[in-house]
Amino acid sequence: MSKKLRIATTSLAGCFGCHMSILDIDERLFALLELVEFDRSPITDIKHCAPCDIGIIEGGICNAENVHVLHEFRKNCKILIAIGACAINGGLPAQRNHLDLSSCLTEVYLTEPGLAHGHIPNDPELPLPLDKVHPLHEVVKIDYFIPGCPPSADAIWKFLTDLIAGKTPELGHGLIKYD
Amino acid sequence: MAADDLCLLEQIVARHGNDASKLLQILREVQECFGFIAPAAVNSLAESLAIPRARIESVASFYSFLHLTPHGEYRVLFSDNITDRMLGSQDLMAQMCQQLWLQPGKVSEDGLVSIGTTSCTGMCDQGPALLVNGRAITRLTHQRVMEIGQLIRNRTPLADWPADFFRIENNVRRSDLVLGSTLLPGVVLQIALALGGQHVVDSIKTSGLRGRGGAGFPTGLKWEGCRNAPGSEHYVVCNADEGEPGTFKDRVLLNLQPDLVFEGMTLCALAVGAKKGFLYLRGEYRYLLEPLQAVLQRRRDDNLLGKSILGFPGFDFDIEIHLGAGAYICGEESALIESLEGKRGVPRNRPPFPVTHGYLQQPTAVDNVETFCQAVLALHIDAEKYRAIGTEKSSGTKLISVSGDCPRPGIYEYPFGVTVREVLQDCGAVNTRAVQISGPAGVCLGESEFGRKLGFEDLPTAGAFMVFDDSRDMFEVARNFVHFFAHESCGFCTPCRVGTSILKQTMDKIAAGHGTRYDLNEVENLDRVLQTTSHCGLGRSACNPVLHTLKHFRPAYENKLKSLDFEPAFDLDGALARARQMTGRDDAGAHLKAEGI
Repeated sequence: MSKKLRIATTSLAGCFGCHMSILDIDERLFALLELVEFDRSPITDIKHCAPCDIGIIEGGICNAENVHVLHEFRKNCKILIAIGACAINGGLPAQRNHLDLSSCLTEVYLTEPGLAHGHIPNDPELPLPLDKVHPLHEVVKIDYFIPGCPPSADAIWKFLTDLIAGKTPELGHGLIKYD
Repeated sequence: MAADDLCLLEQIVARHGNDASKLLQILREVQECFGFIAPAAVNSLAESLAIPRARIESVASFYSFLHLTPHGEYRVLFSDNITDRMLGSQDLMAQMCQQLWLQPGKVSEDGLVSIGTTSCTGMCDQGPALLVNGRAITRLTHQRVMEIGQLIRNRTPLADWPADFFRIENNVRRSDLVLGSTLLPGVVLQIALALGGQHVVDSIKTSGLRGRGGAGFPTGLKWEGCRNAPGSEHYVVCNADEGEPGTFKDRVLLNLQPDLVFEGMTLCALAVGAKKGFLYLRGEYRYLLEPLQAVLQRRRDDNLLGKSILGFPGFDFDIEIHLGAGAYICGEESALIESLEGKRGVPRNRPPFPVTHGYLQQPTAVDNVETFCQAVLALHIDAEKYRAIGTEKSSGTKLISVSGDCPRPGIYEYPFGVTVREVLQDCGAVNTRAVQISGPAGVCLGESEFGRKLGFEDLPTAGAFMVFDDSRDMFEVARNFVHFFAHESCGFCTPCRVGTSILKQTMDKIAAGHGTRYDLNEVENLDRVLQTTSHCGLGRSACNPVLHTLKHFRPAYENKLKSLDFEPAFDLDGALARARQMTGRDDAGAHLKAEGI
């Protein structure tokens, strides 16, 4: 049998809903594991990406750390897939885009009582937020998009099995949805 | 809401017979009367028209010229077509914003004024232009803009502004059949009544007349289809929602030949058996409303409209004018009908076509302003003679709206078959790099194609003819058009709503120096999606400006691209600047390196 494909997954500015949908492929996971190995992923708890065949990313880009992770994925993955509404359009986190970041931080940490002792957290450990939330394809090249909030397990299954079989993935009627 | 205001509101509603299908007209008048549509007004309308608030708000929020929040006593909108920009509209707008201490799109703190942009106002031959409270002012200069700023600051009522500001030129440069017509009102109608409806349809079919709105559907077939379609009522609709940027011929026709337009509509009514007609006038041409109503009244007085027209018992027909409120999509006939019915201007599924299921689901003949004029003249000079004008598949003449880089912009009427080069010569254009035919949705031609002919065989057009000389950056032209589509997408279908925005962002990315070859490929992919999945023609043509300019003027794009395969759409490190400032951090982790891949 040929070498198993390596897959890495991560969630950036997302809710892990797309990962839940990946888990929703249920017992087909066993079939999948015959064909692939998971690298960096919440499933394995591996912290950094080794060279992989496929990277799957949920969520948009809201802070500096997201950018670093995304770069790491792009450098290591031959094929990068944006999964779900947030990765493709920014989604719910991007609702803050019409607000000015300064006034957001001021409102949360300075104006409202009882948070962070009245100063904006500035520990170097914390990633700085970007002034806007961006979809993945505005930061690196993305090869494929799986829309949906979240995409159904069937859509993910179809997409991955097509890809693994070496075909151009195609989500037909009923599997593509935008909400 | 004060009692006086409520009383005014009731008068408006009563004038429209408490009819919810007149909602758009009612909202327009409320807007005109109060400057915006207040929540109290929405409540009151919901009650008197017996419709939900949500329906009123959904209609009001659809149209650019209707506001649910205060937008200032003076609402200034600069026309943002590329031809206005080429004449310096952006500088003029910046000047006015500075003079009035204002940011574009915001209302001044004292509630006096707001300044913004709007899609082409149809004054391209005399731009730059703006609308103030719906009234058009053309030929803007720094001097004129300064004077307008002062009038606003002094709160001078619009009625007391210099009349010269509101003067609109016709700029007819070449007349032929239509513009040169001196036909007296009623003459053709008299002939038509003697012939009868079926004969009129047959004659129009013989004449080979095709619709002048751009698509070129055979008018005789349309009228026949409508005539034969079963329905309790038949309707005639004149599409004067001339929103295609760069087109302004209908404005001139309605100004110079309104009788031809109305006679054509009446002729059509005879042919299809309609008792009622509508002229859907774009909101930007609000100033034409009173003169047109006066013409309608004169025609009623002369028994050319109303009951038993010209003494023919049973031939009753009258025309009502509906005003649009700033929505390009309403130029699409089924969206126009939705708008006539007082709804959001969202295109319907077609088929069924309006010819069988149009206004109020009844058979409706929707034709362009110019088509009605041509129909009258085709009948007057005889169908066979008419057919001999122009080319084999495009009979008659066509009004061309010329604007852009030429010394003589304006209206040129030619028999079909005229070449692009002939038009350029007549308007005096020199060093021409490109011509955009039929607006952003049409085609962009480079010099090698100037020998092509205007007509349905080669270059179908609604009439826009924008000229760009060798000083113009064709990338910026395409970017302007792409912004136009993103703004005018009605939002109903996802491919168009999202696709036009993605296209706009891609063009902005290239303009900002972040573009790569990858982005150009993405435009082609996007075009495929929009072509195959959009609900109507707006989405299907949204990529045209980019694809056409790429074909002829690829260097205009390429010299803006980075040599990498991919570049982020924005400055990554710059996006952290705000957070650095707020947290006072400047460590290595507070910065991002730009990394192209």
